[in-house]
Order: sequence, then C-alpha cells, then structure tokens
Amino acid sequence: MEALHNAKVMNRFDLTKRLVAKLKDEAVIGGIGNSNFDLWASGHRPQNFYMLGSMGLAAPIALGFALAQPQRRVFALEGDGSLLMQLGCLSTIATRAPRNLCVILWDNGVYQITGSQPTPAATARTDFVAIARASGLSQSHWAADEAEFESLVDASLAGEGPFFIGVRVDSQPAVAQPERDPSRIRDSFMRGVGSKG
Amino acid sequence: MAEAATAWHEVITEVLRRNEVSLVTYVPDNVLRPLIGAIEADPYFTAFPVAREEEGVGIVCGAWMGGMRGILLMQTSGFATLANVIASLPCAAQIPAVLMVSERGTLGEFNLGQALVCRTMRPVLDALAMEHHTVTRLDEAEFMVERTLRQAFATQAPACLILSPLLTGGKTVKA
Repeated sequence: MEALHNAKVMNRFDLTKRLVAKLKDEAVIGGIGNSNFDLWASGHRPQNFYMLGSMGLAAPIALGFALAQPQRRVFALEGDGSLLMQLGCLSTIATRAPRNLCVILWDNGVYQITGSQPTPAATARTDFVAIARASGLSQSHWAADEAEFESLVDASLAGEGPFFIGVRVDSQPAVAQPERDPSRIRDSFMRGVGSKG
Repeated sequence: MAEAATAWHEVITEVLRRNEVSLVTYVPDNVLRPLIGAIEADPYFTAFPVAREEEGVGIVCGAWMGGMRGILLMQTSGFATLANVIASLPCAAQIPAVLMVSERGTLGEFNLGQALVCRTMRPVLDALAMEHHTVTRLDEAEFMVERTLRQAFATQAPACLILSPLLTGGKTVKA
C-alpha cells in the first residue's frame, strides 16, 4: 500500500509518448477509451491495436497475441476501471507466463470517460500492483515517477516477463481519438505485425 | 456392425487439428470434460482454462490477430455473459473467434436457471447475425464442425457451434 500512495501522480499522455519513443517493432494493445486515445495521439504505429469496445479485454488480447507471436514483445495499456472488470485475467497471464508480455496499468481512480465517477477500487484504496503480485505476477511494480516508469519499460524490453507496471495518473482527457473503424484498425494491425499481407 | 464409432470428442479434436486450430481456451464444463481431456493430453494444442468467458474471447481474438487460430469452449450459461464483447470485438472488427457451447437447459435439464438462460442463446446469436449450428448427430459432427471452421476463417466472421445433449448425452440428475 505504501508504494501506491508514494507514487507520483503523472500524466498518461506524457508517459504514453515516453513508452512509444522506446519502441521498434513491439505490438501495443490500447484498452478502451483514453488508453487507446493517448496511444493514437502519441503517433500512429502499424503495430498498434486500438480497442474500441469490449471493456476489460486489452490484457487478454495481448496475452493471446503474445502466445501467437512469442518472438515479438507486446504491451497492453489498460485503465484501472477496465482491469477491475477482468481481474481474473491476471491469474491466467501468470499461469501462462509469457516472457514477451507487459501490462501497463493507468490508474487514475475514476471512470474518466463516463464523468469521472470514482471506482470502487479507488474508494477502497485497492492496490492493483499488490493484486497483480498476489495473482502470481512477481515482476509487478508501481512506477514512483517518470524516471522509474522509463526504467521499468526498459527492463520489460530487455528482460523476460511477464511484467506489470502500475502508474498513477491524473485525469487529463485525451487530445485525439483514432477513427472508429474497427475492421480497418484490425486489418492495419495485422499487416503491421506480419499476420497478413 | 462395422468398426466401433469414433466418439464425438475424438471427431472434434481431429477436426480442430486438421484446421490448425491450435489454441483452445475453455471454462470447464462437465459435459465437455472428455473433449477438454483429449485436447489437454495432445501436445499439438495450447490449451488452458480462463477465469471468465469474456477473457477467452479476448485471448482468441488476440491470438488470431497474431496469426494463430483459436476456439473458446464453454457451457450455455457462460455464453450468456458474452453479448457485449462478441458484438464489439469479433463482430465489429471481423475476427473469426469460434465458440463451442455445451448446451445446458434443455432435454432433461434439472436446474431452472440453466433452463431459463438457455432461451437467450439463439436469440442473441441471431441478433448478432452470427453463423451458428447445433450439432445433434455423430454422423454429422465432422461435416458441421469442419465447414463451420472453414467458413469462419474464410469470411473472417465469428461463429458458434452448439453441442446438443443429443450428441453429448448432456448432464442429468435422477429426479
């Protein structure tokens, strides 16, 4: 709990840009709402998948992808409200233990896109990194500040996962959104990761 | 009589392999136990349980986008948790997520909840315009499963195979 409450509240868009700046051919699954909006606003990459519906499934999609392409690293960008809907997936990820998977959790404590209502987890001071670790993901850490976020991303790019990075973020809305064309997004992603075309 | 008939779960296992459906996620079900057992015992398959059916849809969709074919096994009540994610992920993005449902709630059901939720399954599939077929006979199983898989992958459309108690025997208790 201490780690959670000592972590600096950072900005999701700033950190998404810092992540993207480090990437080469890694896949990124952006979760529903602002997680994928900020991914888009950070500069489109062919290896990005922008999940427009199916709240809670960014990490499971990333797990399936990690199994299909074990040679390519994949990041899931997921919000706290989304993960709260699908906490069981952390045990599944821990069981399969894909070395090429990193889940990044943006924790702003609210359902930002529906009007910033607090999540039950925020009200209860739930610690998502503690949950991840207790689910079997031993490489789970809160990023204390921007520098530690970058070093945790570097470690996930260099080492053997699965990794879970918890990040406290503010409630700044995204500045741009991808075009809402799911089949086009899916087709572009598949060509970007060599599954098609 | 000729040689002993191949069991339904052996037919399905072989058809999955032949069509390169190597990823099998499932939420355990008593009727599916022989199928799950056969798949788990076969090193060709990457098979594992998931905590919730929605999660399995996400995994199968992510795997397909990465170039790996997959299927999700569940029972009727599990299918009933899926309308939102099926609509917004495989239907919207044109991903051939294949679902296989062990049908509870009919032909001797003992649990009222199962009998009620069963009534929602085909209306949901029809509302989503998803291809679905109910396998009732062993002699039709290979054709129906194989053609459903082929069509799903060829047309990039999700599909659902319902395994009737007429095929599997279903689950019963003494009255």
